[in-house]
Amino acid sequence: MRERALIIGAGIAGIQAALDIANSGYEVVLVEKEPSIGGHMAQLSETFPTLDCSQCIMTPRTVEVGHHENIRLYTYSDIESIKRDGSDGDFTVTIRRHAAYIDWDKCNGCGTCQEKCPFKVESIFERGIGPRKVVYTLSPQAVPNKPVIDAENCRYLQSLWDMQAGRIPSVDKNGNPAKPKCGACLKFCPTEAIDFEQKDTLIEEKVGAIIVSTGYDLFPQSRLPEYGGGNIPDVVDGLAFERLLAASGPTAGKVIRPSDGKQPLEVVFIQCSGSRDPERGMPYCSKICCMYTAKQAILYKHRVPEGQAYVFYIDVRAGGKGYEEFLNRAQEEEGVVYLRGKVSKLFREGDKIIVKGADTLSNRTVEIAADMVVLATAVVPRSSSSQIAEMLDLEMDENGFFTASDEELEPVASNIAGIFLAGTGLGPKDIPETVAQASGAAAKVLSLFQREKVTA
Amino acid sequence: MSIAYFPGCTLSTKATGYDISGRAVAQALGMPLEELPEWQCCGATFPLATENSMALIAPTRILTQVQKSGGKVTTLCAICFHVLRRSQNFLEAHPEMLERINWFTEEPYDGKATVTHFLEILRDEVTWKGLAEKVTNPLKGLKVAPYYGCLLLRPPSEIKMDDPDNPTILHDCLAALGCEVVDFPYQSECCGSYLTVSKPELPHKLANEILESARRHGAQALVTACPLCQFNLDYPQRPEHQMLMGNEIPVLYFTQLMAVALGLEQATWGMDKHYIDPRPLFESFRLSVVGDPLKTDH
Repeated sequence: MRERALIIGAGIAGIQAALDIANSGYEVVLVEKEPSIGGHMAQLSETFPTLDCSQCIMTPRTVEVGHHENIRLYTYSDIESIKRDGSDGDFTVTIRRHAAYIDWDKCNGCGTCQEKCPFKVESIFERGIGPRKVVYTLSPQAVPNKPVIDAENCRYLQSLWDMQAGRIPSVDKNGNPAKPKCGACLKFCPTEAIDFEQKDTLIEEKVGAIIVSTGYDLFPQSRLPEYGGGNIPDVVDGLAFERLLAASGPTAGKVIRPSDGKQPLEVVFIQCSGSRDPERGMPYCSKICCMYTAKQAILYKHRVPEGQAYVFYIDVRAGGKGYEEFLNRAQEEEGVVYLRGKVSKLFREGDKIIVKGADTLSNRTVEIAADMVVLATAVVPRSSSSQIAEMLDLEMDENGFFTASDEELEPVASNIAGIFLAGTGLGPKDIPETVAQASGAAAKVLSLFQREKVTA
Repeated sequence: MSIAYFPGCTLSTKATGYDISGRAVAQALGMPLEELPEWQCCGATFPLATENSMALIAPTRILTQVQKSGGKVTTLCAICFHVLRRSQNFLEAHPEMLERINWFTEEPYDGKATVTHFLEILRDEVTWKGLAEKVTNPLKGLKVAPYYGCLLLRPPSEIKMDDPDNPTILHDCLAALGCEVVDFPYQSECCGSYLTVSKPELPHKLANEILESARRHGAQALVTACPLCQFNLDYPQRPEHQMLMGNEIPVLYFTQLMAVALGLEQATWGMDKHYIDPRPLFESFRLSVVGDPLKTDH
């Protein structure tokens, strides 16, 4: 067996597992579909219950991954196929590295192209809070710190391809060859790294073990029509509010409404938006929302001391070291108002959002004219995880999370020998639990490699 | 082609305007409503108790009449529709209950009737395009807010008419009549329903919120498909109640606006029983009159 591991997904789980294996002297192939590593943790402002800066505590690890001699990092890449070899049980993995249209060997990460690119589009990473350029990195701390060009929105590439396909004339009115539009990055790049002729490349790697750490998405707001269905700009989800709070975010940590840039003075947080809702959402508890909502409400109060934060909850689940204390702090020291009940409906009226709910402790209906609403939407598996499951024959539960071979005693082993699982792809969990599980999966891989050595 | 029609108690007493206008527009569209023989009250609430055989007897009797009259019935009243469709669903899913009721009524029902709301007939059979083509008085510039209430569309898993969070069926109907349709956030809120009998303060409070919001969004009239919604929104606006103080807006049935738009005679509008008279809305329109289909045909 080849003593090399493939890790799919470079969020904090994939990063932790990769470092554990690589530091034990084994090679790791780490594949991430985004241009840089870090996953959702890179989007967070601060972590609960310590209020550490998420980027700051993660950066040493992302940098280590970027420089590690035993880690072969493929970002902006997808798994094209995985085949198990008959004879030795190894896996042959084909990785599709998407064309970045930038030669990363030449690029020195100076950022000039991003500065000069004249076009902005909505950024998925910023969750609608701020735009990005068409040539971009996810954040200034990105690892690797090399940009990619979003071909779909790039004027140069689109006009070049249109000319090549004959959709627009390739000669100008004087009969000279026409030039593609824009090309600002091409003009200003000091290392001539822009390469509009770049194509996707397929790379083959052979590994003896796999860790699947594909992570999570949030339940789409479009499936919550009673909460505006995603059509009210000042009703945002938890990750979007993280970007508003983050010092490295589009507003530099200033809390303002997406619609008009005003500071919101009444903010309503709705927990269990799509969680614990077997009728219309997901039946399970998303586990992290109680804590991150308390954290967001505290951080909001720090940024806007005169503001008022309300939290609607079914019940508060604060099982974890220092969690209950953190929650008490939100309620007792920071003045966050907790209302036990569900919000039945909200809608826009003028520049307010009318939130209609119930306070089941005082047995009254509550109506709040809010400036902003934050939905703690359910944690759901990454949409791409089902493709990975299909490729590897992994079992999934009815909600699309991977299933461990034994949920109690083998929580990181999959149903397939040599394939291990870690992180939120298995089910909702917070950062400490994710990291612990990733180290567990790494230990399983290492023991597999070690056993080979002993028995060989 | 006539359609079997279940008027229900309210449309035969308090809400005759809905009944008159409904029959007239159906006639004008070439599909006269044929009243079910020997009908009685539907029970007015769909029973939510687990042991509900008593409450299902009345709707089952009606469905038996439907079976005898061709197997398909339409209603105008949102509540009758709600009760009949849900009873039909329930009986289909629980043959043992159907058997039990049949044993009691001694009038065997085959369990196969189709219950429709008149809006569904318009959407699925007449089509909005077909309706628009019949309009002789397009109500251009008339700003109307569709008000769905709760029972017409909920629960969506059983009623299967439209999405209660984002409904369009009344919007589409009003647009076909040429109206300017006003969207407002209270369009599928509850009007207070039967609490108007036991605890009228609550429906009054709700009516106030609904009417305020509709007006804020520029509506000149509210349009509903439910006689109880109509009453709960119209009645508190009467002058002696002094709820709105000069800010009143009429509350109409969609069939009444259809009668105007289709050029039917004023006698078919059925607007003389409203607390807030809707007729001034049409003063600025030069309405052509095609006739009274009920009179000419009978």
